Amino acid sequence: MITTFTGTVWKYGDNIDTDVIFPGKYTYQKMEPEEMAKHALEDLDPDFVNKVNDGDILVAGKNFGMGSSREQAAVAVKYAGIRVIIAKSFSRIYFRNAINAGMPAIKSPEAVDAIENGDKVTIDMKKGKIITPKGTFPFPPYPQTVMDILNNDGLINYIKAKIENG
Amino acid sequence: MPKTFVEKLMSRKANRNVSAGTIVSIEPDYVMSHDNAAAISNTFKKIGVNKVKYPGRIVIILDHEVPAPKESSAINHKEIRKFVEEQGIDNFYDINQGICHQVFIEEGFAMPGKVIVGSDSHTTTYGALGAFSAGIGRSEVAAIWATGELWFQVPETMKIIINGTIPKHITPKDIILYIIGQIRSDGADYKAVEFTGETIGYMDIGERMVLTNMAAEMGAKNGYIPPDHITFDFIRGRAKDEFEPLYSDEGANFYRVLEFNISGISPSVAKPHTVDNYAPIEDVAGTKIDQALIGTCTNGRLADLEAAAKILKGRKVKARTIIIPASLTIYKQALQKGWVETFIDAGAMVLNPGCGPCLGAHQGVMAPGEVTFSTANRNFKGRMGCREAEIYLGSPLSVAASAVTGEITHPGRFL
Repeated sequence: MITTFTGTVWKYGDNIDTDVIFPGKYTYQKMEPEEMAKHALEDLDPDFVNKVNDGDILVAGKNFGMGSSREQAAVAVKYAGIRVIIAKSFSRIYFRNAINAGMPAIKSPEAVDAIENGDKVTIDMKKGKIITPKGTFPFPPYPQTVMDILNNDGLINYIKAKIENG
Repeated sequence: MPKTFVEKLMSRKANRNVSAGTIVSIEPDYVMSHDNAAAISNTFKKIGVNKVKYPGRIVIILDHEVPAPKESSAINHKEIRKFVEEQGIDNFYDINQGICHQVFIEEGFAMPGKVIVGSDSHTTTYGALGAFSAGIGRSEVAAIWATGELWFQVPETMKIIINGTIPKHITPKDIILYIIGQIRSDGADYKAVEFTGETIGYMDIGERMVLTNMAAEMGAKNGYIPPDHITFDFIRGRAKDEFEPLYSDEGANFYRVLEFNISGISPSVAKPHTVDNYAPIEDVAGTKIDQALIGTCTNGRLADLEAAAKILKGRKVKARTIIIPASLTIYKQALQKGWVETFIDAGAMVLNPGCGPCLGAHQGVMAPGEVTFSTANRNFKGRMGCREAEIYLGSPLSVAASAVTGEITHPGRFL
């Protein structure tokens, strides 16, 4: 059950597209999530995968994840260690892919402006709060369907549970 | 209360009265996937059901890495063929048929008033036929294979009205790059887009597909063009199923209404590394190019090849030129019209129908420092396999003209 996360922030800019998050040349190579993780943000910050730690938080500007529908762009980021992404806005398919991978994607332009690279930030999913060194920012809680998917660690486990429970 | 097209369609599918903002669980009429069906079938198996729920609603078209450039792609294809066989999926198109979006439409799966989803962001294309069509993720396709349904938030609609007569040397690609330059790449995030206006009435289905294909590049969930006699003529004898068109009501609530007059625009170019980095071609004319690409799900249709042939006829290319018909049908038509010979005589390479180098997997990957001028829909850094390369986007006329001179050139020079 997802409740509260605290992590160190990696902050990037606007319009980060799926080709720099997970290059197209890898999309049709069959990879396990751990292998995908080695290429996370490869064409944006090649050193990212060496710097990131488990439980860290990715912060970005507007339109994060624009472009392709490739789900690996969400899965790679998650398995690289990122627990949650905060952005000024998300592309719609990336948003869905993140949720479906069990990784919360939170839209808060105010929080993004307040957060600096390397900050320690806490996110309270239940109360809908982002706690930063420069203040606390609310965000609207997810609809129940979305919370159920996150609480099952992604769409596939959610569907599995639904089928098992009849 | 008056409703938009998408509100009416979602209401019909959900069997209740819904409007923008509501979350609905509905059963799509068709779910499309391509080479990523291999990964999807693995995810599907993890769900723990043995059989797909509605085999007749599944369409799989191999196009991204065709023919297989390496062993791993060949294994992908092999797994898909096995899965298709086991599951009794009849709507399977192997590696020789063409680009998924083109084949899907040629085969008559895209119909007015249908809900179609696909594990490809340019699934938006089918809205050219009056369908609601949206790109989704791989897990979501696996979920639909298993359960037949998926959750959606009913989107608000942005209406884009395009007026004006289409100037000489201007194609739908120029129009949509110009519009994306104004709206920006996130201008329609999460929104449904409805294209209307007198200019649409001058466009055939292939030309309309350029608009709905590129709707993805403004962030849209779907792009819809209200069906008219051109639509009905196109799908007559082709439609896979009965269909019932839907239209936005008079007085429906639109999130934004934007109007563009395209009578005076120049050929458009998207500069590296975003699709909304618009410039009229005059501003970038003279930029040296190493490679020209004419094809892809945006501009690999007959009219696009005709445009290229018009310019390349009797001339020689200076840039490496790759031409890829979007489907086998188009390839054959181009061959019969003599255009393939025109391309070969000009020194261009004509490749088999498929996505080609657009996503950087094969068939024209770039080297550091190189520049490609392409008719594709994306120019992101690394898109064509190299993060130190640059991609400009433009119309088939502009790219063909530039292939001849080896630098970005206004097509008017040769017409």
